[in-house]
Amino acid sequence: MTIKVKIPTLLRALTGDQKEVETTGGTIGEIIESLEQQYPGIRERLMSGDEVHKFMNIYVNEDDIRFRERLATAVSPSDTITILPAVAGG
Amino acid sequence: MLKIQESHVQAILEHAYREHPLEACGIIATGRDGSQHRLIHMDNAARSETFFQFDPRQQLRVWQEMEDREETPLVFYHSHTHSRAFPSREDIQHAWDPQVHYLLVSTDSQSRGELRSYRIIDGRVSEEATRVLRGT
Repeated sequence: MTIKVKIPTLLRALTGDQKEVETTGGTIGEIIESLEQQYPGIRERLMSGDEVHKFMNIYVNEDDIRFRERLATAVSPSDTITILPAVAGG
Repeated sequence: MLKIQESHVQAILEHAYREHPLEACGIIATGRDGSQHRLIHMDNAARSETFFQFDPRQQLRVWQEMEDREETPLVFYHSHTHSRAFPSREDIQHAWDPQVHYLLVSTDSQSRGELRSYRIIDGRVSEEATRVLRGT
Protein backbone atom coordinates (compact mmCIF):
# COMPACT_ATOMS: atom_id res chain seq x y z
CA MET A 1 0.00 0.00 0.00
CA THR A 2 1.64 3.23 -1.16
CA ILE A 3 1.34 6.24 1.11
CA LYS A 4 2.49 9.81 0.56
CA VAL A 5 4.57 11.39 3.31
CA LYS A 6 5.41 15.10 3.42
CA ILE A 7 8.92 15.66 4.71
CA PRO A 8 9.88 18.85 6.56
CA THR A 9 12.91 20.92 5.51
CA LEU A 10 14.74 19.71 8.60
CA LEU A 11 14.76 16.09 7.37
CA ARG A 12 15.20 16.61 3.65
CA ALA A 13 18.94 16.01 3.84
CA LEU A 14 17.95 12.40 4.56
CA THR A 15 15.50 12.11 1.65
CA GLY A 16 17.73 13.54 -1.07
CA ASP A 17 15.96 16.90 -0.77
CA GLN A 18 12.55 15.44 -1.63
CA LYS A 19 9.58 17.30 -0.12
CA GLU A 20 7.29 14.36 -0.51
CA VAL A 21 8.14 10.67 -0.60
CA GLU A 22 6.19 7.50 -1.17
CA THR A 23 6.41 4.61 1.20
CA THR A 24 4.38 1.65 2.42
CA GLY A 25 2.66 0.57 5.60
CA GLY A 26 -0.74 0.20 7.23
CA THR A 27 0.07 2.11 10.43
CA ILE A 28 2.30 5.03 11.37
CA GLY A 29 4.67 2.59 13.09
CA GLU A 30 5.00 0.54 9.89
CA ILE A 31 5.49 3.68 7.84
CA ILE A 32 8.36 4.82 10.05
CA GLU A 33 10.00 1.38 9.62
CA SER A 34 9.60 1.58 5.82
CA LEU A 35 10.98 5.10 5.76
CA GLU A 36 13.98 3.89 7.76
CA GLN A 37 14.63 1.20 5.11
CA GLN A 38 14.48 3.81 2.35
CA TYR A 39 16.18 6.66 4.20
CA PRO A 40 18.43 5.27 6.93
CA GLY A 41 18.73 7.55 9.93
CA ILE A 42 15.24 8.97 9.72
CA ARG A 43 13.85 6.78 12.51
CA GLU A 44 16.09 8.25 15.17
CA ARG A 45 14.99 11.73 14.16
CA LEU A 46 11.33 10.78 14.56
CA MET A 47 11.42 8.49 17.56
CA SER A 48 12.56 8.68 21.12
CA GLY A 49 12.69 5.13 22.49
CA ASP A 50 9.48 3.37 21.53
CA GLU A 51 7.44 6.53 21.05
CA VAL A 52 7.29 9.34 18.56
CA HIS A 53 9.59 12.12 19.72
CA LYS A 54 7.74 14.59 21.93
CA PHE A 55 8.72 17.49 19.69
CA MET A 56 8.01 15.83 16.35
CA ASN A 57 4.44 16.19 15.11
CA ILE A 58 3.05 13.52 12.79
CA TYR A 59 -0.34 14.00 11.19
CA VAL A 60 -2.67 11.74 9.24
CA ASN A 61 -4.43 14.26 7.04
CA GLU A 62 -5.45 16.94 9.59
CA ASP A 63 -5.14 14.76 12.69
CA ASP A 64 -2.24 14.75 15.10
CA ILE A 65 -1.55 11.06 15.81
CA ARG A 66 -1.23 11.84 19.55
CA PHE A 67 -4.99 12.33 19.53
CA ARG A 68 -5.53 9.15 17.51
CA GLU A 69 -3.69 5.95 18.34
CA ARG A 70 -0.12 7.19 18.11
CA LEU A 71 2.09 4.62 16.32
CA ALA A 72 -0.88 2.27 15.92
CA THR A 73 -2.87 4.91 13.98
CA ALA A 74 -4.14 3.24 10.82
CA VAL A 75 -3.51 4.81 7.42
CA SER A 76 -4.96 4.14 4.00
CA PRO A 77 -3.59 4.99 0.52
CA SER A 78 -5.81 8.07 0.22
CA ASP A 79 -4.28 9.58 3.37
CA THR A 80 -1.46 12.08 3.42
CA ILE A 81 1.05 11.88 6.24
CA THR A 82 2.74 15.12 7.26
CA ILE A 83 5.77 15.36 9.52
CA LEU A 84 6.50 18.71 11.17
CA PRO A 85 9.02 19.45 13.90
CA ALA A 86 7.38 21.31 16.78
CA VAL A 87 8.26 24.93 17.36
CA ALA A 88 8.89 25.16 21.08
CA GLY A 89 11.15 26.56 23.75
CA GLY A 90 11.39 27.98 27.21
CA MET B 1 20.33 41.45 10.36
CA LEU B 2 16.60 41.22 10.81
CA LYS B 3 14.55 43.89 9.06
CA ILE B 4 11.12 44.02 10.60
CA GLN B 5 8.08 46.21 9.98
CA GLU B 6 7.18 48.63 12.75
CA SER B 7 3.56 47.41 12.73
CA HIS B 8 4.79 43.85 13.29
CA VAL B 9 6.93 44.91 16.25
CA GLN B 10 3.89 46.63 17.77
CA ALA B 11 1.62 43.67 17.11
CA ILE B 12 4.14 41.21 18.61
CA LEU B 13 4.53 43.33 21.75
CA GLU B 14 0.75 43.71 22.06
CA HIS B 15 0.37 39.95 21.72
CA ALA B 16 3.05 39.36 24.36
CA TYR B 17 1.43 41.78 26.86
CA ARG B 18 -2.02 40.36 26.18
CA GLU B 19 -0.81 36.85 27.05
CA HIS B 20 1.40 37.94 29.97
CA PRO B 21 2.21 36.21 32.34
CA LEU B 22 1.92 33.29 29.88
CA GLU B 23 4.41 33.13 27.04
CA ALA B 24 3.18 34.25 23.62
CA CYS B 25 4.49 32.91 20.30
CA GLY B 26 4.10 33.28 16.58
CA ILE B 27 5.67 33.54 13.18
CA ILE B 28 6.44 35.96 10.39
CA ALA B 29 6.17 34.31 6.98
CA THR B 30 7.77 35.71 3.88
CA GLY B 31 7.04 35.32 0.19
CA ARG B 32 9.57 34.14 -2.36
CA ASP B 33 11.04 37.55 -3.17
CA GLY B 34 11.26 38.42 0.54
CA SER B 35 9.27 41.64 0.23
CA GLN B 36 5.91 40.54 1.61
CA HIS B 37 5.84 39.71 5.30
CA ARG B 38 2.85 38.20 7.05
CA LEU B 39 2.52 38.05 10.83
CA ILE B 40 0.67 35.10 12.38
CA HIS B 41 -0.03 34.84 16.10
CA MET B 42 0.14 31.23 17.26
CA ASP B 43 -1.55 29.64 20.25
CA ASN B 44 0.84 28.51 22.95
CA ALA B 45 -0.33 24.92 23.52
CA ALA B 46 1.81 24.75 26.68
CA ARG B 47 -0.09 27.71 28.23
CA SER B 48 2.88 28.23 30.48
CA GLU B 49 4.86 31.08 32.02
CA THR B 50 8.11 29.24 31.29
CA PHE B 51 7.50 27.27 28.09
CA PHE B 52 5.85 27.60 24.70
CA GLN B 53 4.91 25.24 21.92
CA PHE B 54 2.98 26.10 18.76
CA ASP B 55 -0.41 24.42 18.89
CA PRO B 56 0.18 21.36 16.64
CA ARG B 57 -3.14 21.54 14.76
CA GLN B 58 -2.78 25.24 14.11
CA GLN B 59 0.83 24.68 13.05
CA LEU B 60 -0.24 22.18 10.39
CA ARG B 61 -2.87 24.61 9.09
CA VAL B 62 -0.42 27.51 8.98
CA TRP B 63 2.29 25.39 7.30
CA GLN B 64 -0.20 24.25 4.64
CA GLU B 65 -1.23 27.85 4.09
CA MET B 66 2.41 28.90 3.69
CA GLU B 67 2.96 26.12 1.19
CA ASP B 68 -0.08 27.22 -0.85
CA ARG B 69 1.14 30.82 -0.82
CA GLU B 70 4.75 29.82 -1.54
CA GLU B 71 5.92 31.35 1.73
CA THR B 72 8.60 30.25 4.16
CA PRO B 73 9.07 31.07 7.86
CA LEU B 74 11.24 34.15 8.34
CA VAL B 75 10.84 34.68 12.09
CA PHE B 76 9.77 32.52 15.02
CA TYR B 77 9.00 34.82 17.93
CA HIS B 78 8.13 34.20 21.55
CA SER B 79 8.06 36.10 24.81
CA HIS B 80 9.82 35.65 28.10
CA THR B 81 7.63 36.88 30.89
CA HIS B 82 10.01 36.55 33.84
CA SER B 83 13.42 36.98 32.25
CA ARG B 84 15.25 38.98 29.64
CA ALA B 85 15.02 38.49 25.88
CA PHE B 86 17.92 36.04 25.76
CA PRO B 87 17.51 32.47 24.47
CA SER B 88 17.06 29.95 27.25
CA ARG B 89 18.67 26.52 27.29
CA GLU B 90 15.39 25.07 26.01
CA ASP B 91 15.15 27.68 23.26
CA ILE B 92 18.56 26.59 22.00
CA GLN B 93 17.77 22.90 22.37
CA HIS B 94 14.57 23.20 20.32
CA ALA B 95 15.83 25.56 17.62
CA TRP B 96 16.03 23.55 14.40
CA ASP B 97 15.80 26.02 11.56
CA PRO B 98 19.07 27.66 10.49
CA GLN B 99 17.17 29.92 8.05
CA VAL B 100 14.95 31.48 10.69
CA HIS B 101 15.42 34.56 12.86
CA TYR B 102 14.61 33.69 16.47
CA LEU B 103 13.02 36.81 17.90
CA LEU B 104 12.58 37.20 21.64
CA VAL B 105 10.64 39.86 23.48
CA SER B 106 10.49 40.35 27.22
CA THR B 107 7.48 41.46 29.22
CA ASP B 108 9.35 41.10 32.50
CA SER B 109 8.95 44.19 34.69
CA GLN B 110 12.72 44.76 34.68
CA SER B 111 13.09 44.76 30.91
CA ARG B 112 9.70 45.74 29.56
CA GLY B 113 9.49 45.58 25.82
CA GLU B 114 13.04 44.37 25.22
CA LEU B 115 13.31 42.81 21.76
CA ARG B 116 16.30 40.89 20.40
CA SER B 117 16.93 38.66 17.42
CA TYR B 118 19.20 35.64 17.11
CA ARG B 119 20.37 32.96 14.76
CA ILE B 120 20.62 29.58 16.43
CA ILE B 121 22.51 27.00 14.40
CA ASP B 122 23.59 23.61 15.77
CA GLY B 123 23.25 24.86 19.32
CA ARG B 124 25.30 27.99 18.70
CA VAL B 125 23.65 31.33 19.33
CA SER B 126 24.60 34.58 17.65
CA GLU B 127 22.72 37.77 18.27
CA GLU B 128 22.06 39.96 15.25
CA ALA B 129 21.03 43.56 14.72
CA THR B 130 17.36 44.36 14.23
CA ARG B 131 16.26 47.20 12.01
CA VAL B 132 12.72 48.40 12.50
CA LEU B 133 11.31 49.74 9.26
CA ARG B 134 9.51 52.87 10.50
CA GLY B 135 6.14 53.69 9.07
CA THR B 136 5.56 50.18 7.74
